[in-house]
Amino acid sequence: MSVPDNLGFFIDPNRCIGCQSCVQACSECDTHKGKSMIQLQYVDRSSSIQTVPVVCMHCSSPTCAEVCPSDAIKRTEDGVMQTARKPRCIACSNCVLACPFGIPKMQTELEMMMKCDMCYDRSSVGKKPMCATVCPSQALFFGTKEEIEKLRPRSQVSNEFKFGKQIIKTKVHIMLPKFTPTKVLDVTAAMHEPVVDKNFDLESLLDNFEV
Amino acid sequence: MGGSLRGLFYATAVTAIVAVAIVVGSRNLAHFDGALVGYTFAVLFAAFGITYRYSIWLQRPPTALYWRRGWQVFFRPKYLLHNIVHWPKRVFTDFAFNKFIFRRGRGRWIAHLLIMWGCLLAVAITFPLVFGWIHFETFADNLSWYRVYIFGFPTFSFPVYSIVGFFIFHGLVWASIIVICGVVIAMRRRLRDHAAGALQQFGEDFVPLILLFAVSVTGLMLTASYSWMKGSGYEFLAMLHAISVIFTLLWLPFGKFFHIFQRPAQLGVSFYKEVGKFEPKAKCRRCGEEFASQMHIQDLIEVEKQLGYRYEIGSGIEHYQWICPSCRRCLFAISQGKLWQ
Repeated sequence: MSVPDNLGFFIDPNRCIGCQSCVQACSECDTHKGKSMIQLQYVDRSSSIQTVPVVCMHCSSPTCAEVCPSDAIKRTEDGVMQTARKPRCIACSNCVLACPFGIPKMQTELEMMMKCDMCYDRSSVGKKPMCATVCPSQALFFGTKEEIEKLRPRSQVSNEFKFGKQIIKTKVHIMLPKFTPTKVLDVTAAMHEPVVDKNFDLESLLDNFEV
Repeated sequence: MGGSLRGLFYATAVTAIVAVAIVVGSRNLAHFDGALVGYTFAVLFAAFGITYRYSIWLQRPPTALYWRRGWQVFFRPKYLLHNIVHWPKRVFTDFAFNKFIFRRGRGRWIAHLLIMWGCLLAVAITFPLVFGWIHFETFADNLSWYRVYIFGFPTFSFPVYSIVGFFIFHGLVWASIIVICGVVIAMRRRLRDHAAGALQQFGEDFVPLILLFAVSVTGLMLTASYSWMKGSGYEFLAMLHAISVIFTLLWLPFGKFFHIFQRPAQLGVSFYKEVGKFEPKAKCRRCGEEFASQMHIQDLIEVEKQLGYRYEIGSGIEHYQWICPSCRRCLFAISQGKLWQ
């Protein structure tokens, strides 16, 4: 069993409406029963309702696996990074701290790391991962590249990310504007970006709002 | 010395030590049972393979660092007493009782506990017998009493036909029954659980169970043969049992069984994390929140550099490792969102 070559996972954080459907659906997955592996992150809860669903990006050069002292994180032949192998994981949290996307979750009570494995019991037989099945806004999409390109004519897909001097290539894709010249998303370039535009005047907008 | 060469050196040294221990412990092979020589060589091969793999494993940058750091934090004078007090508790809860597996699932826990204790009991009985470290002798004037000799030294004695004798002579029967029960529970889970079905591999997950089952069943059949079948087929069964045991021993360094030797690293990690709680904390250089021990982050930066990762960033952040996981997820969204503005 393996994830069919023509199917891919596409994330568009901009489309996330924070409904938490993915969080609930994720916990239904057989490979991590009862535990939701998706990270639904509030970008700045005090000033914005923006959320981002972060799933494992399944890096081709997985930092989590390489910093694991017990060699517990393995990749399937089709490039899906598995959750930690139970007999090996020693709960050191290295993977949790090293993942550039902040994905793995340390289950302290179980003394093991768990992470999104793209619902391998489903995706390996051509079914959509649970989160992509229920996402109403298609912030999480699982399908062919042709399908997503047809759905998002103003977007292009990218699977390269820059963290400082490090470029990481992933199996999961992100949607970028088509007019962006680079196909590499520089994540750390946003380090000092304000979450909310300080020039944005909500009060005057509301004052001018007419029903 | 290169990594492989160092591994070969340690493997040879450990194998030689085991071989010398067998010769010395059996009093120059005086109490060594020649019929068990196949098992002995399988043990020596397993000792070589396990040490070689362990040595190679310890040379991986993260493993090497945490191995070293685990010992350092354990012996750090400030925490030594605390560590010594907590050590037996961890050994009992994590290793003897498998508390962490209990929380992962009752069925999994029972299966693991049965397999582990069954195997430990079998190893405690068979290895000293195979090595000639333990042997039994009857009294010169009373053939119905046995005396146990350990390393050639006489110890306790017991009547052959007694409850004590029955339990001692059938030690491997009890071990086999315990292991079979554990294997059946584990196998049932592997055959019925959807998640296990998606992830398991024959070599990694089924072969160990099949081997344990084969060893246990063929062992029980030996007892059945001499107890109730007048030794019928005993030689064939003995050969079958030897093949299954020897194959299991040879498999030890390669497959899932290797976790038996890796797992104690969990102890070192627990001390590392415990000491980290008392040490200065790393504050995220974006949100300012504490998220790990400074020691842990500095160690990770070191490991990542050794592995060839280039997560260094300028503007006062210094290294991406100083950003907490929560902020990393935020950055993922912000960086994408900004491109649309």
